[in-house]
Amino acid sequence: MTMRPSTKEFSIVAPATAEHAHPTTATYLAIAVVLTVITVVEVGVFYVPAFQAVLAPVLVTLSAAKFALVVMFYMHLKTDHKLFTLIFTAPLLVAVAVVIALLFLFGVLALG
Amino acid sequence: MSHAAGAHYTSTGLDNRKVAFWTFIGSECLLFGSLIATYLVYEGRSVSGPTTHEILNIPLTSISTFDLLMSSLCMVLALAAVQRGDRVWARAWLGMTALLGTVFLGFQAYEFNAFVDEGLGLTTNLFGSTFFTLTGFHGGHVAVGVIWLVTLLIRSFQGKLEPDRALNVEIAGLYWHFVDVVWIVIFTVVYLIQTTPIEAAI
Repeated sequence: MTMRPSTKEFSIVAPATAEHAHPTTATYLAIAVVLTVITVVEVGVFYVPAFQAVLAPVLVTLSAAKFALVVMFYMHLKTDHKLFTLIFTAPLLVAVAVVIALLFLFGVLALG
Repeated sequence: MSHAAGAHYTSTGLDNRKVAFWTFIGSECLLFGSLIATYLVYEGRSVSGPTTHEILNIPLTSISTFDLLMSSLCMVLALAAVQRGDRVWARAWLGMTALLGTVFLGFQAYEFNAFVDEGLGLTTNLFGSTFFTLTGFHGGHVAVGVIWLVTLLIRSFQGKLEPDRALNVEIAGLYWHFVDVVWIVIFTVVYLIQTTPIEAAI
């Protein structure tokens, strides 16, 4: 007869997938340089009149890139267990959906 | 206490403190999502000034944004130092992170004070209410983070922040980086994307 593992047996499972190596110091520094460059570009774009027509999409894209870099490398989601990514991105997507829905509901965004 | 003895693994093999903290961060996404949505919904609907283009100081806020980004770098370097058992650099990077966080709070206090001097308070108009609520909540999170970092620094000087306790620093780091990414969004949607033409902001 096949025995189901007890709760205690589950609780002592080794963290085999939890202990991935974190990025190196060189990677951390490189990410910091990239974040700084993107921030400079963001502020630069803000002051260039030629970019005014596409300011919002350009800035949102640059901001999303910074957000992703920090979350993936500094918060280690790129190398950590995928469950952490799920726990974080699920409510993040809900939050983004709520923001977009409210912007449509209150007429800040409109179709067409 | 060794790491194995101190850890609390779940059936997934993951430490439950880290799972719980990521869940908390997920809930924080919803909190700040609501605050940002409220700000955006009411932006440009104030019936009286001052409004965004009249009052926001982009150069000053760009510096404070850079300050917070660099604090995130210091935080990951602090974690790396704790993990390899380098007490001196762990204390240096933790102290630097707390210092940069305090500098950010100083920038925010200066900005709030300047706004009040220019006639923008919490109840002046819709912009004032939503702006102070959003950035105030963020500043409160930064303040909690600074206190947390100082407690870690004290624990380090007490000799209680060895590599087997690195998860404590990692969780504090998750909080600190989350505060940083929230500011990345706030800097873009509040300061850089304004409803008013750029000529008025220069």
